[in-house]
Amino acid sequence: MENISGIVEQLQARFGESTFKPQTTKDEILTLWMPLEKIKEVLSYLKKEAAFPLLFDLTAIDERTRKRDNGHTPYAFTIIYHLLSFERNAFIRLKVGLKEDFPTVPSISSLWANANWYEREVYDMFGIRFEGHPHLSRILMPRTWVGHPLRKEHPARATEMGPFQLYDDKIDLEQSALQFKPEEWGLARQSQDTDFMFLNIGPQHPGTHGVLRIILQLDGEDIVDAIPDIGFHHRGAEKMGERQSWHTYIPYTDRVDYLGGVMNNLAYLLAVEKLAGIQVPDRVKVIRVMLCELFRIASHLVWYGTFAQDVGQLSPVFYMFSDREKVFEIVEAICGGRMHPNWFRIGGVAQDLPIGWEKLIQNFLDYFPKRLKEYDSLVLKNTLFKARTVGIGIFTKEEAIEWGVTGPNLRACGYDWDFRKKQPYSGYDMFDFEIPTAVNGDCYDRALVRVAEMRQSLRIIEQCLKNMPEGSYKADHPLTTPPLKKNTLQDIETLITHFLGVSWGPVIPPGEAMSCIEATKGANGYYLTSDGNTSPYRVRIRTPSFPHMQMLPYITRGYTVADLLSILGAMDYVLADIDR
Amino acid sequence: MEAAAPNYFLIIGGILFALLNLAAALIWIERRMLALWQDRYGPNRAGPFGLLIVAADSLKLFFKQDWIPPFADKPVFVLAPAIVFITVLMSFVVIPFSPEIVVVDLNIGLLFFLAMSSMGAYSIILGGWASNNKYSLLGAMRGAAQMISYEVFMGLALMGVVLLAGSFNLGDIVEAQRGLWFFIPQIIGFFIFFIAGIAETHRLPFDIPEAESELVAGFHSEYSGMKFGMFFIGEYIGITLISCMVVTLYFGGWLGPDFLPPIVWFILKVFFFLMIFILLRASMPRPRYDQLMEYGWKVLLPLTLLNLLVTAGIVLWMGW
Repeated sequence: MENISGIVEQLQARFGESTFKPQTTKDEILTLWMPLEKIKEVLSYLKKEAAFPLLFDLTAIDERTRKRDNGHTPYAFTIIYHLLSFERNAFIRLKVGLKEDFPTVPSISSLWANANWYEREVYDMFGIRFEGHPHLSRILMPRTWVGHPLRKEHPARATEMGPFQLYDDKIDLEQSALQFKPEEWGLARQSQDTDFMFLNIGPQHPGTHGVLRIILQLDGEDIVDAIPDIGFHHRGAEKMGERQSWHTYIPYTDRVDYLGGVMNNLAYLLAVEKLAGIQVPDRVKVIRVMLCELFRIASHLVWYGTFAQDVGQLSPVFYMFSDREKVFEIVEAICGGRMHPNWFRIGGVAQDLPIGWEKLIQNFLDYFPKRLKEYDSLVLKNTLFKARTVGIGIFTKEEAIEWGVTGPNLRACGYDWDFRKKQPYSGYDMFDFEIPTAVNGDCYDRALVRVAEMRQSLRIIEQCLKNMPEGSYKADHPLTTPPLKKNTLQDIETLITHFLGVSWGPVIPPGEAMSCIEATKGANGYYLTSDGNTSPYRVRIRTPSFPHMQMLPYITRGYTVADLLSILGAMDYVLADIDR
Repeated sequence: MEAAAPNYFLIIGGILFALLNLAAALIWIERRMLALWQDRYGPNRAGPFGLLIVAADSLKLFFKQDWIPPFADKPVFVLAPAIVFITVLMSFVVIPFSPEIVVVDLNIGLLFFLAMSSMGAYSIILGGWASNNKYSLLGAMRGAAQMISYEVFMGLALMGVVLLAGSFNLGDIVEAQRGLWFFIPQIIGFFIFFIAGIAETHRLPFDIPEAESELVAGFHSEYSGMKFGMFFIGEYIGITLISCMVVTLYFGGWLGPDFLPPIVWFILKVFFFLMIFILLRASMPRPRYDQLMEYGWKVLLPLTLLNLLVTAGIVLWMGW
């Protein structure tokens, strides 16, 4: 916080005393309300002169049905900008209140390259228009969708919508919307000397690892332009948050980055715990870290195998999936679940570690480093693999930051930014590990960084094994959900809390908080707003894959179709993480 | 000649029978071997060791609807898989399986083989073109470029053998290896021919016309049922052919110690190379199409020419 103290004075000196109204939030991120007219100036000042180079997130809240007054809510909508400063190691949150029902806001897509998709998402979800946006169209919902889902009047359940009927003219409309017209995507059919070929990669394609469509504009096999069409995997995770209780939303988070498992729980719960003011015991922290790192290994193994497969190597994926199976055996023994264990709870974890967990972990620690070494010679040292990945899909550190790239992809450009080190959460400051980086920022370096990360994860897990603290696996706090069962049999208060927590769900005090963790693919953050109810008022999930995918056109132009697959493979995205 | 006629048909029938069954068996062998190398089981349910998977596979292919996409160019679409099948089978005509077992003892056997394998390129181009599908088209383009360029030094690599043996007749070439198998003096030629052979059969690492993760199934994306089966079996017969050629040209064909009959030696050697084909598939990634071409023209072609030059010089000097 101290790094950021001067920034309010700077801003006030520049734009006038009364321009900004500060707000206190539970996560202690500097939060300022600013007027609509000054958005561009302020943001451009923050980016260019005040060292906030990364647009971390851009989202909105429909404020119209909010119960409690936060001092600023005669507004119908709020637009929220989250910026990150590496230099100051701090976030800043800027809010703009909007009064109309269908407001218009100046676009900042000329200021940040990655604002483009975020603004389209806000338009898609809220119907807020951005003036000056180059291509303001729906991004996650189908183009024929009526309404804007995250507006409070939009139904959350199919049963609120009335029976579904597909009339002939609706069929025609849907069919014609499916027809591909290059002009709608801003693509020219021909240049001066060639007619371009348009190739749909996906939505069903073995190389996209999920339902992703990439429209390629090709000149021979050279990519002139590539446009990702996302949203096929959109399940309304943010909307669902608004009707689930704080507790019952946890399993939904598992499925956002479905390779990250409990790591998603952690991102969500860190924000909830900030709101509730829960301090978790050390044992909980270490258990959480251990499982998160196991999942980091599991996720990287999937990436490793499929990446090798993308460049045509058939065998590694089998070895890596059987190693992932070994990770899942541990996860299963501890959590009962495998891919989506849904195992962290508000203020703790679901159960204590089972008897004999040390042995399982130790076996894996003994087994896995040898395999990693084998994979080095199988994949990383393979000359054909190098030929396919070295020098492909290069971006620099500056470009990465401009596009909102985080995680291993950013570290492959040589920037050692890792939230586990820079803004330690869940006790990561207690661990001794390194942040692997690479130099060139190409596909090969991204691979190197991830492989090195698996080794660091092993180090962390080993430290967890050796230094597992004693104590309770749940915090002693009234909002811990569910509270320790054995206490419920001792006194009526705990029994009632337990009953309410399980039936209604806990009531989290009003406020807002954002968490940010170093997930398997980059910075994952949950920005939660509570109006003092049993469910969140707004859940915003900032996922790393979304900006990464947005960068795809920028880094693929000029390469060939075969390179596109290397680039996609090295990017390590998950469709559910993009579309939520 | 008249007395030889029944024998002649017996040989043709025998070779056809053996080849088609071998191609089917290769499906099973490949899947089992891949599974072995990839830490998994492979087909193991149907029949002993999963052997009946071959029968199940062929039954499935036979009974699938013989579907031609409405947008395809029908006659060409049907013709393409037949071409690959016919040209590959035709090549076997000149291969001496043992001193007695050879269909036609052509004195230009080697040239006949080259001619037939060049024809194979048509099936890829026509198949990809007739499918009227962009993935197929890209696959066909890649396939055509790859096969044409690898054909060039496939032929040139073989010339070293021809120089040493002084004949285009495959039987004579085998006989000429009685003292020394040609893979020792022609080690470079052997490697180049083998690489070109992999490219010719478009197997991993040179499966660029198919390139599953990029082009779905490349030139045969639109094919199903028995037409796909022809491509599929054609590929296996193709690798058998290349293995046979490698054995004939560089590894002494049927030659071997007397305790086994010549045909057994031949089959054993061929199986060794079939295994190498499968092992390659299990272990190598796929280069990019332009890298493959570059490698061909900039590395392999000069090497081939050098090999030919040195061989010719040595033959002249030693008066071989």
